[in-house]
Amino acid sequence: MIQADVKLDTLGYFCPMPIIMTSKKIKELAVGQILEVASDDEGIKKDMPAWCQTIGHEMVGLEEEDTNPKKVYKAYVKKTK
Amino acid sequence: MNVTNVEPVTALAELQETKPAKVTIVVLSGDMDRVMAAFIIATGAAAMGMPVTMFFTFWGLNVIRKKGTTSSAKDWLRKMFGFLNKGGADNLPLSRFHFGGLGTTMMKKVMRDNRMPSVPELLETAQDLGVNMIACTTTLGLMGISKDTLLDGIDQLAGVSTYLAEAKDGAVNLFI
Repeated sequence: MIQADVKLDTLGYFCPMPIIMTSKKIKELAVGQILEVASDDEGIKKDMPAWCQTIGHEMVGLEEEDTNPKKVYKAYVKKTK
Repeated sequence: MNVTNVEPVTALAELQETKPAKVTIVVLSGDMDRVMAAFIIATGAAAMGMPVTMFFTFWGLNVIRKKGTTSSAKDWLRKMFGFLNKGGADNLPLSRFHFGGLGTTMMKKVMRDNRMPSVPELLETAQDLGVNMIACTTTLGLMGISKDTLLDGIDQLAGVSTYLAEAKDGAVNLFI
């Protein structure tokens, strides 16, 4: 279980909204803080690591939660710069 | 002569640090589905920190025209054409199953119900993220579209040289 400093709810939004919302939200964090992004779009599993790699933040983890009717994914991003 | 050896990985990282990969997209189509794809790529790239330039030409100009604007040309042929080809980002037809507007209206409802952003919303997001938008002067002239009928914030008019100058440094250049 990863402790997040800030949480972002993107449930119900499809690509590219979770990434765009993340890129806006991360600006509010201080360096070293962790952002938790909750999404029910499965694309986040690949998109968030790709976004982190491109922009240079650290992807510290991904959790899957089985909730009816959809799975919820929680991506943890550590702001590095 | 001074030669500094740099690890390829470090060199690449430094290069990416100083010069992020550029994206250019030519939007020729005025079909809602194609324009959506263009904006999804543009906003996604901008969110990834890549500089994005969108170049609107021909039917694509309808996206960045104010709603319902017609041609300001004086000759009757272009006037009639302008009457048939109205602008507006929420006025775009689907490339398939438009069915005189019925299909497109239904698709918009499905999108709204699923919290998917519409073309005008994607356009606004793109502008917020600093996507560079250029209108093609040639087709503006051809269709008799005047600059004041373009959306606020669209103030760059240019031609093929401007596009190519951007595209030659582009890591991703798309034509939609």
